[in-house]
Order: sequence, then C-alpha cells, then structure tokens
Amino acid sequence: MRKGKHTWTFENKPVIIGSYGIAGPKEGKGPLKEYYDEVLRSDLFGEKTYEKAECKMQFTAIEKAIKKSGKQKEEIDAMFAGDLLNQIVSSAFSARELEIPYLGLYNACSTFAEGLLIASALIANGTLNDATCSTSSHYSTAERQYRYPLELGTQMTPTAQWTVTGAGCVVLSSKGEGVKIEGFTIGRVVDYDVTDTNNMGAAMAPAAAYTLEDHLKETGRTPDYYDMILTGDLGKFGVEMMNKLLLGDGIDVRNIHNDCGMMVFDEKQNVRMGGSGAGCSSLVFSTYVMSKLLDGSIKRLLFMPTGALMSKDSSLQGESIPAIAHAISIEGL
Amino acid sequence: MIGKKEYIDLVKETTPKSREVKTLILAFVIGGFICCIGEFIGDMLKLIIKDIGEVTTAQFTSCILIFIGSLLTGLGVYDKIGKVAGAGSIVPITGFANSVVSPAMEFNREGMILGVMSKMFVVAGPIIVSGVTASIAVGVVYFIIGLF
Repeated sequence: MRKGKHTWTFENKPVIIGSYGIAGPKEGKGPLKEYYDEVLRSDLFGEKTYEKAECKMQFTAIEKAIKKSGKQKEEIDAMFAGDLLNQIVSSAFSARELEIPYLGLYNACSTFAEGLLIASALIANGTLNDATCSTSSHYSTAERQYRYPLELGTQMTPTAQWTVTGAGCVVLSSKGEGVKIEGFTIGRVVDYDVTDTNNMGAAMAPAAAYTLEDHLKETGRTPDYYDMILTGDLGKFGVEMMNKLLLGDGIDVRNIHNDCGMMVFDEKQNVRMGGSGAGCSSLVFSTYVMSKLLDGSIKRLLFMPTGALMSKDSSLQGESIPAIAHAISIEGL
Repeated sequence: MIGKKEYIDLVKETTPKSREVKTLILAFVIGGFICCIGEFIGDMLKLIIKDIGEVTTAQFTSCILIFIGSLLTGLGVYDKIGKVAGAGSIVPITGFANSVVSPAMEFNREGMILGVMSKMFVVAGPIIVSGVTASIAVGVVYFIIGLF
C-alpha cells in the first residue's frame, strides 16, 4: 500500500526465513564476535587474491543462508546482490557459481537495503516466492580500489572509516513464520556539497536525515514507534551530524539510534570513526540484529543503511559526494 | 532541514582535527631517527672504505637506505611505522622506496607487465615528475646566472 511519495507498506509481509554472516579476522575480534556465524582466520580465505576471497565470502554467505532457511538452491527465484568492487564482480562471480537468477545492484554501502527493498516488494506483490539479498566488502580490495596500496605507510585522517571485511545474506520468502518486513521508504539522492572522501559520515548524514523525516511524515509515526533505528555506516561523526540535523527539525532519536559501523568495531581497534562498506550493514543485520529480532528484544526496527555514491574519478574531478539512504521497517517476533 | 552552506560550515566547525602536536613530534623524532641511521651508515662506510669520498658515500648510503626501506615494505613493517610516524617516514628516501615497492607488491596479481611494471609508479610518479621538473628549472636558472 502506498503511503505518500516515497513509502510503501505491505499487506502480505515478506518473511526473513534465514540469514548468515561471515566476518573477517579483525571484525571477529570486535564487540559482536559471538554473533557471527563464521569468522575467517585469514582475510585471504584460502584464495590467491583478496578479490577472490571477497567473492568466496559472499558465495558462502548466500549458500549457507539458503541452507539455514531449509530451502534448496533451486527453489530460490532470484538473488539480489551487490558489493563495492568495480562492476560488482564479487556478486556476479558468486552468481556464476550459484546458478540462481541474478540481479546485481549498486547503491554503495546501502546496497543491502536496496536489495531488501526490491526483493520484499516483488515478494509482497506475488511476483517472487523466495529470494536472497546479500552484500560483501573487503578491507583490502576496497583500499586498493579507493585509496592506496596496503603496504604504503600512510596515516588515516581523524574522520576516516575502516572498510569492514565481511558478507551477509538473508533469505526472504512469501510464506513462513519469523521476522517480517513491514514496509519501506525509498531514499532520494541528497548532496550537501561535502567533498572530503575521508569524511563520508558528514556526506551521508543529510541523506539519512531526509529519509527518516520522509518516512516518519508519510507513515504518520513518531520515532518512539520503533525500538531501534539502525543506520549502516555513518560512523561516529556522521551520527553526530545526523542528530544535529534531526534535532534542528525537532526530532530526537538519540536514545533509540545505533549505527552498524560503530557497533562492529571497538574504539581500541584503531578504526577512527568506525566501520564502513557494503558488508558492514549486511553483516551486522544478518547476525546480531537478526538474533535480537528473533529473541524479541527488538520488536520494531527501522533499518536505514546509507551509501556515498561517488567514484574515485568523480572526486578527483572535484565533484561533491552525493549520498542515499533507504529505510526498511522490520517487525521482530 | 538547514541549508547546504550552513551545513558545510557546521561540518567544518565540528570535524575532529588531527592532534597536531603529537603528530609533529612523532614525525620529527622518527624521521630524525631514520636520518641518523643514514648518517651512521655514511660514517661506517667512510671507516671501512678508505678514500671513498663524499659523493660516493652519499650514493652508497642512499642505496643502502633504499634497500632497507624496500625490505621493510616487503616484510610488511614499513606501513606500520608509517601509521605512527606519518611524514616522518614518508619524507626520507626510505619512504620513496616504500612508495615504489608497495604498489609493485599490490598489483603483482595483475601480472608482470600490466600489473607490476605499469602500476609501480602510481604513487611515486608525481614525485619523480616534480623532482625532474624542479631540477630542470634550477638548472636553467643556474645556467643564466652563470652567464653574468
């Protein structure tokens, strides 16, 4: 059912019937370590290159999530996947092995939300029965693509973030019992002229604030409707900026808000503002958040990963950083 | 929602800054230490090889420092030094070695020619170009002054 310009709610709510998350070695030492389904001992995951390792992570996450859901690979109607690499190769190469009909997506670090949103819409209207949504990211592949060689002796700036090595996958179905997707708000691309690629939190905060305000306005809800509002990888400074923007409009979410990027690492792990990457939100959602939704400690969740939609070249050409955030309303048990 | 200009001002005002004093001191101490090692190598060379001369000493010292920088990069140590030292480990010649060896290692997987050889100077390229350009400019100035 359409609620205003950006928001839809479902009558036949799609169910999350399985989830699986794989974390890299550094993430495996972080505060959420007990929740991960699998922690890699080496970030090469037995492969020759980090790109292959990332692909294997996503492949494994999808395969194991399907297995956990009790479905067969052949029963999955479509897989929605994305990552940060050029031409989203991790996802495409995973799909090559899995032989599930594949739809590759890119919305930077909010790709997981984009996948959930499209899959749940197609399931709710009866087009699909079962689908997977997955994303992955890898510190070493992202560093070389967006920044510098790994062995180069550079320092992180104070507002930089650490790309999460990890992959997460959820299986959605039209039938079954469990965590349900209640609706979503599609984000719009917001650009507040931030140009510093080492300050993505500041670039993405306005997008998160816009989407949240759109969502609340169009559903007629107040923030206390939700037990938790969870952003993807705004990081410490991005969260601070988002709260400033929201407070300016009289919305206070500080006591129910959290950020996957801040949850995934400890401050002692030397990651500056926190984690980031397409795998950050999918990993935390598929493991920690899913377990909280299933044990009833979160009843209503607004999941709102953000993405920065620039490329290395666009930044060098002086373009500012456009950002996006999609909001997904999820009901726990 | 506040406007773009107000937001940018707010971001500028509140963005956490590098701790300048700490970074400067660390860069000075570690950078200085690397230079001391260079001096030590030079002095040792003069002791070991008789009549080596200042120019040859400088050349040999640079070679040895480049070797050490490359070796530490290959062993995965130099980036850890760089995280603490910042410019202190970038400015000395060991940092230059690091900036050539690290992309060579990184792009090894794309093959010898299009990987290692073509990507080797992605970081060091601008330094070489500006170094060569600056030396040409200085040479021209030196030549013109010599005419009078």
